[in-house]
Amino acid sequence: MTMLKIDNLQANVAEKPILKGLSLTINPGEIHAIMGPNGAGKSTLGYTLGGRPGYEVTGGSVDFLGQDLLELEPHERAAAGLFLGFQYPVEIPGVSFVQFLREAANAQRKGRGEEALSGGEFLKLAREKAGLLRMDMDMLKRPVNVGFSGGEKKRAEMVQMGILDPKLAILDETDSGLDIDALRICGEGINAIMRAPDKAVLLITHYQRLLDYVKPDFVHVLAAGRIVKTGGPELALRLEEEGYEAVVQETAA
Amino acid sequence: MSEVAALPTRKHEDFRYSDIDALAGVWPIAREEIVVADGGEESLQIVEDGAEAVARHLVISLGKGAKFDLRVLSAGPVYGRIAVDVRLAEGADFTLGAAQLATGSETLEVVTEVTHAGLNATSHQIVRSALAGHSVGTYLGRIAVERGADGTDAEQSVRAMLLDRTATANARPELEIYADDVKAAHGCAVGELDANGLFYLMSRGLTPPEAKRLMLQAFIAEAFTGAPGEAELSEAAIARLEQIL
Ligand SMILES: Nc1ncnc2c1ncn2[C@@H]1O[C@H](COP(=O)(O)OP(=O)(O)O)[C@@H](O)[C@H]1O
Ligand SMILES: [Mg+2]
Repeated sequence: MTMLKIDNLQANVAEKPILKGLSLTINPGEIHAIMGPNGAGKSTLGYTLGGRPGYEVTGGSVDFLGQDLLELEPHERAAAGLFLGFQYPVEIPGVSFVQFLREAANAQRKGRGEEALSGGEFLKLAREKAGLLRMDMDMLKRPVNVGFSGGEKKRAEMVQMGILDPKLAILDETDSGLDIDALRICGEGINAIMRAPDKAVLLITHYQRLLDYVKPDFVHVLAAGRIVKTGGPELALRLEEEGYEAVVQETAA
Repeated sequence: MSEVAALPTRKHEDFRYSDIDALAGVWPIAREEIVVADGGEESLQIVEDGAEAVARHLVISLGKGAKFDLRVLSAGPVYGRIAVDVRLAEGADFTLGAAQLATGSETLEVVTEVTHAGLNATSHQIVRSALAGHSVGTYLGRIAVERGADGTDAEQSVRAMLLDRTATANARPELEIYADDVKAAHGCAVGELDANGLFYLMSRGLTPPEAKRLMLQAFIAEAFTGAPGEAELSEAAIARLEQIL
């Protein structure tokens, strides 16, 4: 079965068309990268797939593992196996990661008709995934993202992904704000958590550097709300050398 | 606050947002006197979780260096009024932490008059309200710093979350200061739950009511931090939040 099939997706933000007929198919076991200039609509694609209020779908369809994704509420999309890694993870004062993630994991399990995790089972799982991202368990006892550096927030996103164990992860600029070591740790984390025959990843990124660690099967260029070019890993290298403009213009010509 | 013999009307400052019909059913309100002697320490926890109208009036007198910790959870009454008059002697300390969790057409009010009568006394009032439906949550807080009560530190922090556009929050802090070197921080804010935070929580699998409850739990916890019965109060607050969301 196809993991994700986006067909001619159109979406408005604040009444303004941002996605203008975007099509993309992702099969299980694949890693796709989407690259593109600032303002192209990359984050809009992630938020629209996540069901964020204010991102209004005006046309097209999205099938996720045989379900009409656009019909589902954000929490139902999560329970169905979708994970959205935020470009700007949100701070939530007063709510600890441990408390939030245990409730989230159990809400998802409930949505799928599975048993809830006990406190002990959850902590064991959280410790294992935090270890994978070299994150101290004590950080997860702190309020969600509050006082975390940019890099710590991104690693915490990956810990969440590990705990929630999604089928498809859409990771929006997970590499921005990371130093070289954190980039490698996140890259290896993504591979450890998501490289499996029944999983898939959509990496949204500006830079080639994350792709050195997480080798994509396909690279797409998103410009002005549409996929304008698709290739293999070599396309990312070309973009890095020649810039988006040259590659996009060559397509238009 | 002067004695009010007859049922007040909304023209009376301390009752301007009251549900007068409901008040009539519990009128007159008995004065409950609490005296804490010099150097004494006491605490009181009030949880109103029945649906019946309730109104209380506490009159607290704190001796030199005395401490009083009052926590209030209003979670259920169709009309709930807590009036507290506190008089602080030199070096006394008063804490009020109150949460108002209302829905339907419930009307809740916290009305305080805190008088700093001696040197260097401290008072901290934290009120957190989560208001759904057509409910009304009110805080009227007067702080009087008498002549000679220098070095007073009187804090009021009042925040309300409107869970529906139809709910109403009233907050009115008042200060009367006749002394020097007085700190009187006060903040009042009425808002709605952060939409970015809610989407973030829901994108991880929490249902909308679960996400709201988690955020409100943290918001309300500020009123109960450090209370002797903190755990019990939080638990009762969560149970109530689950009802009103
Ligand atoms: N909340 C918003 N209100 C108005 N315009 C928005 C909003 N969010 C994004 N946009 C606009 O949508 C376009 C695409 O933004 P975005 O998806 O964030 O791009 P990218 O992630 O590719 O840099 C930009 O022109 C941006 O200004
Ligand atoms: Mg973006």
